[in-house]
Amino acid sequence: MTTTLTPVLTARWDQADSFTRRNYEKADGYKALRRALQRTPADIVEMVKDSGLRGRGGAGFPTGMKWSFIPKDSPKPTYLVVNADESEPGTCKDIPLMMADPHVLVEGVIITSYAIGAKHAFIYVRGEVLHVFRRVMNAVAEAYEAGYLGQNILGSGFDLDVVVHAGAGAYICGEETALLDSLEGRRGQPRLKPPFPAVAGLYASPTVINNVETIASVPSIVSGGAEWFRSMGNEKSPGYGIFSLSGHVTKPGQYEAPLGITLRELLDLAGGIRGGRELKFWTPGGSSTPMLTAEHLDVPLDFEGMAGVGSMLGTRALQIFDDTTCVVRATARWIEFYKHESCGKCTPCREGFWWMVQILERLEKGEGTEADLDKLLDMSDNIAGRSFCALADGGVAPVVSSIQHFRDEYIAHFEHGGCPFDPAASTLFAQELGAKA
Amino acid sequence: MTRPDVNDVNVQPDEAAAGPLDDTVRAEMAEIIARYPEPRSALLPMLHLVQSHQGYVSPEGIELCAEVLGITEAEVAAVATFYTMYKRRPVGEYHVGVCTNTLCAIMGGDAIWDDLSEYLGVGHDETTEDGKISLERVECNAACDYAPVMVVNWEFMDNQTPQSARELVDRLRAGEEVASTRGPRICTWKQAERVLAGFPDGRATEGVAAGPASLAGLELAHENGWTAPEGGQRELGGSTK
Ligand SMILES: Cc1cc2nc3c(=O)[nH]c(=O)nc-3n(C[C@H](O)[C@H](O)[C@H](O)COP(=O)(O)O)c2cc1C
Ligand code: SF4
Ligand code: FES
Repeated sequence: MTTTLTPVLTARWDQADSFTRRNYEKADGYKALRRALQRTPADIVEMVKDSGLRGRGGAGFPTGMKWSFIPKDSPKPTYLVVNADESEPGTCKDIPLMMADPHVLVEGVIITSYAIGAKHAFIYVRGEVLHVFRRVMNAVAEAYEAGYLGQNILGSGFDLDVVVHAGAGAYICGEETALLDSLEGRRGQPRLKPPFPAVAGLYASPTVINNVETIASVPSIVSGGAEWFRSMGNEKSPGYGIFSLSGHVTKPGQYEAPLGITLRELLDLAGGIRGGRELKFWTPGGSSTPMLTAEHLDVPLDFEGMAGVGSMLGTRALQIFDDTTCVVRATARWIEFYKHESCGKCTPCREGFWWMVQILERLEKGEGTEADLDKLLDMSDNIAGRSFCALADGGVAPVVSSIQHFRDEYIAHFEHGGCPFDPAASTLFAQELGAKA
Repeated sequence: MTRPDVNDVNVQPDEAAAGPLDDTVRAEMAEIIARYPEPRSALLPMLHLVQSHQGYVSPEGIELCAEVLGITEAEVAAVATFYTMYKRRPVGEYHVGVCTNTLCAIMGGDAIWDDLSEYLGVGHDETTEDGKISLERVECNAACDYAPVMVVNWEFMDNQTPQSARELVDRLRAGEEVASTRGPRICTWKQAERVLAGFPDGRATEGVAAGPASLAGLELAHENGWTAPEGGQRELGGSTK
């Protein structure tokens, strides 16, 4: 049986001006908020727990459980922080969501804040997306006008203020504790855990941090119910999610489907690999998730399925590369990214990626040796798990997985005395460039 | 490949010239600080504001942020240098970014970069002599389904080619009005920085809700009559039509 698409978060994106409050309300927007405010905060937490919703920002931590870690008796205020930093290479779902439907995020923020007892929430948007920032700011302003934000929301006695905050260009600020430091006006460098943010987060106060898509899923869970949510996906990975297909696919774009759909199914929907070519490698959830090959086309795209083949579901950022692509070039470029984005706090990460770039450049030019491959693997062992945060673990993923699946191609580079691929052939405009392919 | 003659284009008054950091700016900084439970949280937007007035993070701007927040200039400078969007030299009227992260690079971002850099005669983080265009290699800008991607003053320019990139910078330099492929008319870099400091410019409703790639799955669902199961809040997820 093939899995079909289940638009929930993406359902309104094709409607004219879907980003305005009026149009959101016409589509029953903010009804879930009214419903939520008639229930106790504990009921909402319970409902999200029952739904089995797992974080959509990469790690898949159960959302309701995260909320329930907030201490009930803290003398300090509780905060909600939305992670809208979307910068993991390949990931491109939160940005179109905020552009087309910012009110579903705002509604999710209000319901979540009510559930965890926060009176102040922050939406931390990466700075490099001006129009998205405008749309979210505008939605928050419209929500204030309608009495969905501010004092005594809809007569419930609940107060909430929301601040939309722009980052300034640093991938590491997507890591939740680095994001908190950045939001406090500091360099965005990860903090030691524990204490976890639920205990000591923003301003050392109890804080919940969730991804945009996670929070945007809350209104539909409140109105549809936990069972409805669980009617999609499977036991351990319930619900729907946005799958982002990019690269060498006929119709790249956003495809919202139940978790557990396979890449084979998604590629069928997206018209297959462009120009009838062969799939060579792909990432299931951004560059930090180990790459897979055509062998893995039928593995369910859910948390367990991806872990079972040594990768991760991550952000469902499916970057698709066909047989015109040089895997050494792809890997070298990703490692340059991690080198550039390392926050510099720990030596293995700061120095390790720098050295890896040197080696990969040499290999790409065909000047490497087989010993370089072992050196890269050895360095990976010394970077991952020996650094402070998960940037380091994610950063070695392309190196380790590409050597695992394509060792021969690395060797072909130094046997051939250079890269055997024509870079023009892999471009979108290959014909115009007169590629040899 | 010839470089366009700067004398040909309609040169505007020097946009990159630094505006003064006067009492108006102090008042705006106070407004930013008032948004947060703790003042220091205002630092990132305050630095965006400094750039909106001065075209970069000037020594004067660092001094003012430090004074207003009661922290040292070294603390402000340490933050300003950590983030790539804060610039140490004046940026041109239009900041043009070419995504050269892996996916875009392979889809043509490298070819666009090489061509555009040669065409404009500037490299990474450099500005054309007329002060119009600053060029930068940018990391993944969360638009990979539109690869190869460029950004102008942090607005998306989707599915570019070397040719379209040249035309784009020609139009910007000629002072023509240019719109993002998915969004609004493009403003100047300083105006963009002002919005990022949290001061709206009234353009939020310009442009489409979603570009074509964002709608690929939804359109397919419509064609096939696929919806989420019954039971959800109607348009937020139930199966209506
Ligand atoms: C280097 C790094 C970058 C990250 N970037 C993001 C990001 O851009 N957006 C995001 O939501 N989570 C990101 N995360 C994951 C967050 O740390 C955190 O797990 C997530 O925001 C929690 O939200 P969720 O439980 O709703 O998924 C990143 C993690 C690491 C280690
Ligand atoms: S692992 Fe890298 S990014 Fe993470 S804290 Fe250490 S140096 Fe910074
Ligand atoms: S790789 Fe260019 S936008 Fe993602």
